[in-house]
Amino acid sequence: MAESARKPRMKDLRRQPFFTEIAWACIFVLYAPILVLIIFSFNDNRSVVLWTEFSFRWYVEAFENEGIRKATIVSFQVAAVSTFFATIMATMAALATTRTPPFKGQTAAYAIINQPLMVPEIVTAVATLSFFAIIKRATGMTGIGYLMLAHTVFCIPFAYMPIRARLEDMNLTLEQAAADLYAPPFKVFRRVTLPLLLPGIVAGAMLAFVVSLDDVIITLLVAGPGETTLPIYILGQIRRGITPEINAVSTLLLGLSLVFVTLFFLLGRKRK
Amino acid sequence: MAVTDHSAAPDGRLASARAARGAEARRRRRLLLAPALIVIGIFGLFPLTISLIYSFLTPGTYGGVTWEFSTDAYVQFLFERDIFDDTLSFSSTYLQIYARSIGLALVATLGALILGFPTAYFIASKPREQRNFWLFLITLPFWTNLLIRTYAILLIIRDEGIINIGLMKAGVISDPLNILYTDTAVFIGLIYSYLPFMVLPLYASLEKLDFRMIEAAYDLYANRFQVLRRIIVPAAKPGIVAGCILVFIPGLGAYITPTLLGGGKELMIGNMIALQFGSSRNWPFGSAAALILMVVVMLALLVYVRNASREPVRHG
Repeated sequence: MAESARKPRMKDLRRQPFFTEIAWACIFVLYAPILVLIIFSFNDNRSVVLWTEFSFRWYVEAFENEGIRKATIVSFQVAAVSTFFATIMATMAALATTRTPPFKGQTAAYAIINQPLMVPEIVTAVATLSFFAIIKRATGMTGIGYLMLAHTVFCIPFAYMPIRARLEDMNLTLEQAAADLYAPPFKVFRRVTLPLLLPGIVAGAMLAFVVSLDDVIITLLVAGPGETTLPIYILGQIRRGITPEINAVSTLLLGLSLVFVTLFFLLGRKRK
Repeated sequence: MAVTDHSAAPDGRLASARAARGAEARRRRRLLLAPALIVIGIFGLFPLTISLIYSFLTPGTYGGVTWEFSTDAYVQFLFERDIFDDTLSFSSTYLQIYARSIGLALVATLGALILGFPTAYFIASKPREQRNFWLFLITLPFWTNLLIRTYAILLIIRDEGIINIGLMKAGVISDPLNILYTDTAVFIGLIYSYLPFMVLPLYASLEKLDFRMIEAAYDLYANRFQVLRRIIVPAAKPGIVAGCILVFIPGLGAYITPTLLGGGKELMIGNMIALQFGSSRNWPFGSAAALILMVVVMLALLVYVRNASREPVRHG
């Protein structure tokens, strides 16, 4: 009796009641809203509930919308500039923390680099706004540079993480061999470390780009007039009422993030 | 420049070469670290001191501050100043917003734990080569725009949304359920936004779980619930703490979720702070509120760090 009662359990010892069902429900809940948004952005009707016909109508209207076009350009400018600087600084910092002997203050350096991740974004946003207000009054300088600077700061830790991970995974033998053959440090870096590190740098840059492109809170508070990025434009439109063009633009932005992040994961996988 | 240890130089020369290399390495490290640390130091850390200073100043008429010392920002938290005779009376308006936010963040954390724990366990019990795929599936939404994901939630839960229309067509309800612009909506939005933060650390803990322990427990006639309570949950404990902190902290400071799904009338700390820098034009009060939020967050982090440092001791 006891033997036969235990037998069916042997097959799935790891299972706990309802765990699999809840897991599937989680996946469903995570993706269902996004899928609804994507599907109905191709709906010819204005409705987000009743499907009528497949059409690119709202995409065409979005492309013809002056506000959306301008916001897209601003978004890409800010993301490109801050990604560029953040990636360079993150690469340098990652080299310093992985390719020099352990040092006093290493923990402090990590803490500072990760600071933008630890402070709530709304706090960073209002603090940055207050600081920039002082600089603006003292120097009289205005412009989109402030926004780019704010983005650079919070992009650094995102770029730093994959670059550091890559450096830690890399085999040191090649670098040591080059040094043994009297290659000066910079040459070792340029000819050996950099080519091997490149996938890590690309991954870091992509992450930074996505994070900058998606930022709402800091941009909302720091951006001056005429510096509306795409998420800020979308937020403004949603508050005014739901329009199908916004579904189309949202889908495009969503698609862009998905492509970047998928590439990021694929880059990371090749490591193994 | 790069002298290696293979040279058969006399001891003195080797030592001085080593010292020179050490100094060179330190110099290089300083140069490499400087840009990132300086930029984050000046534009990430230093502004927090500015906020501290601002919180003790007087609000300017058109936003900003006037440089006059005042503790009004902190007094305003607990008291209301009478416009006519300047007397203070206790007011819990802002305390309530903090309490509401903490409550909502806690409930959302609990909800995320209830959903995230089985999910993490499910992934951890998959064959090794499949796990990365499942993890990818869980993390992917996290990297997409939070604003757009929240908007997608708004689209399906509003009165004319797919859920209400569907339920009404099916005859389950006759009037739409009012979910949007309520606490429930904010709760749903918070769980949806931060669920991946719960699953990832839980998975990291459960992945290390030795499933032979479960087999052994069943051999000793434990039932499923005992296995869960005595083996799986203890193994997941560091992940539970980390996941709860990671969901609670961003949930507490959330801005987008309460703004879109709470409709602005159900304030949380995040949009209350933003409001002070917008239409309310009270920068000192906003700065004070932001700093108080940061203190709450730091306390939560402290709990986490203390728990994490205790962890290696509590082994086996």
